[in-house]
Amino acid sequence: MSRVFISRDMASVALGADDVARAFAQAGCEVVRTGARGLFSIEPLVEVETQAGRIGFGPVGPGDVAAVLDGTHAARLGEVEALPFFAGQQRFTFARCGVIDPLSLDDYAATGGWQGLDAARAQAAQQVVDTVKASGLRGRGGAGFPTGIKWQTVLDASAGDKYIVCNADEGDSGTFADRMLMEGDPYCLIEGMAIAAHAVGAGHGYIYIRSEYPFAIATMRAAIAASAHIVAPFTLEVREGAGAYVCGEETALLDSIEGKRGQVRAKPPLPALQGLFGRPTVINNVLSLAAVPFILAHGAEAYAAVGFGRSRGTMPVQLAGNVRHGGLYEVGFGITLGELVNAIGGGTASRRPVRAVQVGGPLGAYFPPSMFHLPFDYEAFAAAGGLIGHAGITVFDDSVDMAHMARFAMEFCAAESCGKCTPCRIGSTRGVEVMDRIIGARGTLKPVRPEPVEGRLFSSQEKGGASTGSARTGEGYLDRALYSRAPDRIDVSIEAQTALLRDLADTMKYGSLCALGGFTPYPVLSALDYFPEDFGAPAPLKEAAA
Amino acid sequence: MSFTRETDHGTPPAIVTGKSVTLTIDGQSVTLPEGTSIMRAASLTGGSIPKLCATDNVESFGSCRLCLVEVEGRNGYPASCTTPVADGMVVRTQTERLKKLRRGVMELYISDHPLDCLTCGANGDCELQDQAGAVGLRDVRYGYDGATNMGQAKDQSNPYFDFDPSKCIVCSRCVRACDEVQGTFALTIENMGFDSKVSASQGEDFLGSECVSCGACVQACPTASLIEKAVVEIGTPDRAVVTTCAYCGVGCTFRAEMRGEELVRMVPWKDGKANRGHSCVKGRFAWGYAQHQDRILNPMIRASVSEPWREVSWDEAIAYTASEFRRIQSQYGTRSIGGITSSRCTNEETFLVQKLIRQGFGNNNVDTCARVCHSPTGYGLSHTFGTSAGTQDFDSVMQADVILVIGANPTDGHPVFASRMKRRLRQGAKLIVMDPRRTDLVKSPHVEAEHHLPLRPGTNVAMLTAMAHVIVTETLYDEAFIRERCDWDEFADWADFVSEAARSPEAIEPLTGVKAEEVRAAARLYATGGNGAIYYGLGVTEHSQGSSTVMAIANLAMATGNVGREGVGVNPLRGQNNVQGACDMGSFPHEFSGYRHVSDTATRQMFEAAWGVALDAEPGLRIPNMLDAATDGTFKGLFVQGEDILQSDPNTKHVAAGLAAMECVVVQDLFLNETANYAHVFLPGSTFLEKDGTFTNAERRIQRVRKVMAPLNGYADWEIVQLVANAMGLGWTYDHPSQIMDEIAALTPTFAGVHYGRLEAEGSLQWPANDAAPDGTPTMHMDGFVRGKGKFVVTDYVPTDEKTGPRFPLLLTTGRILSHYNVGAQTRRTANTAWHPEDRLEMHPSDADNRGLKDGDWVTLRSRAGETTLRALVTERVAPGVVYTTFHHPETQANVITTDYSDWATNCPEYKVTAVQVMASNGPSDWQQNYADQARQSRRIAPLEAAE
Repeated sequence: MSRVFISRDMASVALGADDVARAFAQAGCEVVRTGARGLFSIEPLVEVETQAGRIGFGPVGPGDVAAVLDGTHAARLGEVEALPFFAGQQRFTFARCGVIDPLSLDDYAATGGWQGLDAARAQAAQQVVDTVKASGLRGRGGAGFPTGIKWQTVLDASAGDKYIVCNADEGDSGTFADRMLMEGDPYCLIEGMAIAAHAVGAGHGYIYIRSEYPFAIATMRAAIAASAHIVAPFTLEVREGAGAYVCGEETALLDSIEGKRGQVRAKPPLPALQGLFGRPTVINNVLSLAAVPFILAHGAEAYAAVGFGRSRGTMPVQLAGNVRHGGLYEVGFGITLGELVNAIGGGTASRRPVRAVQVGGPLGAYFPPSMFHLPFDYEAFAAAGGLIGHAGITVFDDSVDMAHMARFAMEFCAAESCGKCTPCRIGSTRGVEVMDRIIGARGTLKPVRPEPVEGRLFSSQEKGGASTGSARTGEGYLDRALYSRAPDRIDVSIEAQTALLRDLADTMKYGSLCALGGFTPYPVLSALDYFPEDFGAPAPLKEAAA
Repeated sequence: MSFTRETDHGTPPAIVTGKSVTLTIDGQSVTLPEGTSIMRAASLTGGSIPKLCATDNVESFGSCRLCLVEVEGRNGYPASCTTPVADGMVVRTQTERLKKLRRGVMELYISDHPLDCLTCGANGDCELQDQAGAVGLRDVRYGYDGATNMGQAKDQSNPYFDFDPSKCIVCSRCVRACDEVQGTFALTIENMGFDSKVSASQGEDFLGSECVSCGACVQACPTASLIEKAVVEIGTPDRAVVTTCAYCGVGCTFRAEMRGEELVRMVPWKDGKANRGHSCVKGRFAWGYAQHQDRILNPMIRASVSEPWREVSWDEAIAYTASEFRRIQSQYGTRSIGGITSSRCTNEETFLVQKLIRQGFGNNNVDTCARVCHSPTGYGLSHTFGTSAGTQDFDSVMQADVILVIGANPTDGHPVFASRMKRRLRQGAKLIVMDPRRTDLVKSPHVEAEHHLPLRPGTNVAMLTAMAHVIVTETLYDEAFIRERCDWDEFADWADFVSEAARSPEAIEPLTGVKAEEVRAAARLYATGGNGAIYYGLGVTEHSQGSSTVMAIANLAMATGNVGREGVGVNPLRGQNNVQGACDMGSFPHEFSGYRHVSDTATRQMFEAAWGVALDAEPGLRIPNMLDAATDGTFKGLFVQGEDILQSDPNTKHVAAGLAAMECVVVQDLFLNETANYAHVFLPGSTFLEKDGTFTNAERRIQRVRKVMAPLNGYADWEIVQLVANAMGLGWTYDHPSQIMDEIAALTPTFAGVHYGRLEAEGSLQWPANDAAPDGTPTMHMDGFVRGKGKFVVTDYVPTDEKTGPRFPLLLTTGRILSHYNVGAQTRRTANTAWHPEDRLEMHPSDADNRGLKDGDWVTLRSRAGETTLRALVTERVAPGVVYTTFHHPETQANVITTDYSDWATNCPEYKVTAVQVMASNGPSDWQQNYADQARQSRRIAPLEAAE
């Protein structure tokens, strides 16, 4: 009777893993459903337990059962961990993902699970916080704020109810690390949260998971139920998001858990002091919390030993978009962008030259290959006008129109803006309009009127059924004199609109309440600066594109 | 006073911690309390940072992004409204960089705002307009061809204000004001991003939504998106006068904003200590009655009530009044006439009316409407504590930990105070509601009572004594407080009394219908939950045991040590704007001003010396006694100022018979009220907008009423009383109400320190204000009870004689609704009828089912006293066996039903308990039809005859 391991991760299932698993089960195999290993070009992946270890085959289909079982299948990969994609990784956080049955408490305990929690509970709260500080762990959600310092604030906050909130509203395009971990190693996150609870004196925790992650929600709920006796008296529950990207912003997330409209709060007060229900709250990303068991089990030094500059430890980088080897690659900070895209990702899936990569989700900067020397490091990216964010890298080939990508950034912001602050609420919509004028003008290189814009956001005219009330059309006609420039005489030249775009980006970057409006200028301005030729301006000199 | 907007510091004051910080703003070193926002700090030191979403009566929000500043050593540009000051901070509020950012933000705002400033209702009173100017916006480079929120339909459903979404800048000030200030949570922001818009409830219009039309949103709106219809119609105001509202006993102060002689709007005054800048639908909007066509502006007389009225000159009316009163006295004796003072009029006017009676009529036949509302409060609190008034100021509720509301419905009756209370409850204070009805406080958004004790009407004393039983038998009382502040022996007697098993919650459960365990839990919470504050209303006083109930409440407060500091106390929520003042001013037949008995020789001699006449040492007649004496033929003349006893007093038929038996009834009022149907002289009154004076609210706060326009009827009410007095030969020479206040102060020890100069300077004073309390007295009994030792009074429960039985199986209790005020004389003459066009009878679905009644059916409501008809409202707000109605509409005549039973000590009528039957009906009762005919007849005014 053969024992095989097949992923139940949502991405693997999307590629057909369930059919494959069923076929192996029908063939009489004992099928262990694991999380994903993290390389999707080999999914559906089947690992067969042998004397020589787990031998991988992939991708395989339901008809390949016999060939896999007799070892003759052409897609025989050998030991999966020995594949170059995995051999180069430093899996501190994702060590168990793809290896164990995610909901098996035995598997978890057998692979070092709960060692971190045991170690933490043997220590005073302050000692645990000190360990996390010493590890150099920084917020993996994107902001990179030192986790230990955040915990210290909550620990020092006045006594009473405190909460641990896990931000699992993983909304960045091209990111999936949170989901993979929750589906592949849920106890790791639970252990991290229980350690945090011990460290700051919290009694209850929430995991806020986006509704688009039904597998993760189900897995986390089952794991919470199964491990309740282990983490007790700490208790946990899952809250489902309702589809708003902005609820990944920590304060909007707290409002959402409280049952309110997911809207960003002004800071101060910091959530660490007045967070969920006004109580001191640790709010951390999945990856931050899931890094903690390793730190407590192996010591701060072991974690901090890898990394680059002030970015310590490992980062689970997610390669997506037009890339040959998409997947999750956990590695110490400092690896260059070029290594990640070319050496590990294998370039584009379309085999055309890479033109741009966007790092850090839809609010991250677009970098041309001339920037591939950048080390993966919070400070280095910030200095280059970008951000690491949640470490999603989206690859584009040379067919991409960067003006359209800039427009998309504005459109994304407009679609996801909570509507609280003005720069984001109105600015993003105006940004789409300005981009439309630029795109309309660049081909002809002469002023044209913007074309009507299709889509949800720009249909208020049709929806309301009423006139726009524009100053041109009658009502309020008198007051045109209040402003020096009548609305039908705005300057729609590329130069004027590009200048307006830069001014708007400045207003949004420095005026917005949260990172949604504040970071939207990163993709817009990086597209404009690195790819001016797509905006009707001369191309930059190419000497840097080595 | 010319028109200036009130200063808006942008964010509320910091919570007081006692610590201060020093920082530099634009080069100026300033020291301010810790927790102050940079925006407020700049404003307090004379600067001004552009802002739109910030206003100082709601918490900072940080959405408009105009108020960005630079702080040395910090990244970016923090919003000054959400950033607190810190020691050593160096802030710059005006730099080239900030100018550019602010212009960028304003350019976005204006790209989605109609440019119709010149024709906009808020032109000249618009913060968006001001700020666009302040940041120097000169150009909108986005044009107006893009997406827009303009052109949306206006919501004009509310009778007092419009909502124009096209002019909305989505600052959420209205939403936050509704949440934080009013506590109704009726408004929200719908949709996301560019499509965000303000919405009342779930996309309803304002009138159909949960909005209570308090006006907080309109006040908060920085543009014309929410704007008073009156401003749109009349234009922006050009001057403002601070005055006091003439509706309920909360005593809100308002800026009456005028354009010439025309009142444009009433805006709650932020410096008002009673209302702290908040208002309700009545004070804010329902002042249209002042100019209503029903208002009578000329004096009228008639020889008999069957004749039509004849308009006469003031001289003739006054002379006729004086001669009739003198004639009756010479014919039937000195004590054959009397008068009723008004709780709606000023202290000065009330003082003059009782002076007219004591000095001019030569007797003590003066009474006031407090007879029918809070006379048991006066009796009960003076017997136990030593003063006839509430112990706290309204601010005190913000220190309360447990709030016990008994027989009061503040969200309807005292809405502005209710908003404060709800704010405190949202902060975590616990609430106990003792009321037969499930009032809004029991459960409404973000407020829920810990315990609701829905007792059967008429069982207050049993319930309160049962709570005392728990507190005593479980040793939850505050022995140290009692030993220091109260008479221990009296406490011991009382403790023995309440400890008897017959007074346990279990024993009285069959009487009250409330589960014993709930009563025990409530008693424990009140006794042990920290600062315990009691607020009560007419559900306490208007019973045959009203005075006993007040004393039972006082017992509870003393036993638990909940008197004599902030956050605790016993607080009657007083009904009328000046009912406290009317009582203070000597309106009762047995008391001079300051609650001093007429039999007290020293006091009487002081008044005799001042007034130059001998005064009667015998207490006079109370209202019911006057009416009894009238039907007996010994009481023949009555002067009624600003009260409608026919509609408001119990057993309407008896009141009508009494009035009909009199030879001269003089009514001074704004309208031909129900009482005027039986009057021989009608003296047109003036509104609160047309006179100077003072009102005293439920927290003993004396506040100025200021004349904002000339009296339409020609005279202020105090002047009319003076005319009558002088026609009777009294020789009064008051030129201004301030002189009357000086006389009150000279004759009333608790008012000794009160004069208009101080009221102008300090805004208000809470009596006692005298040498012992030079700054007035926000909290009473701080260093011991006024009477010396607090007195525990044994309160034995005596069931009312009004009992249910087979013929009258249901208990009727009465109350009020938010949009209407008392007998509705004012509010029925405003657009407030949009919310409550008629009185309805609330009944439980099971009682309705038993009678085959559906919601909206016409029903006959019958008691032993009479019957009336109205429509049913089937609701679970009332318990089975209890029905409830309001008494705002004369067509309903709810008081035809109520009985003659009254409080044993004060004759306060038992409005709250009447045994009734309810049955299906085809229409108005005979009484209602006859009454309507008679009223029509009696209101005829003869056409003016051509001059000869």
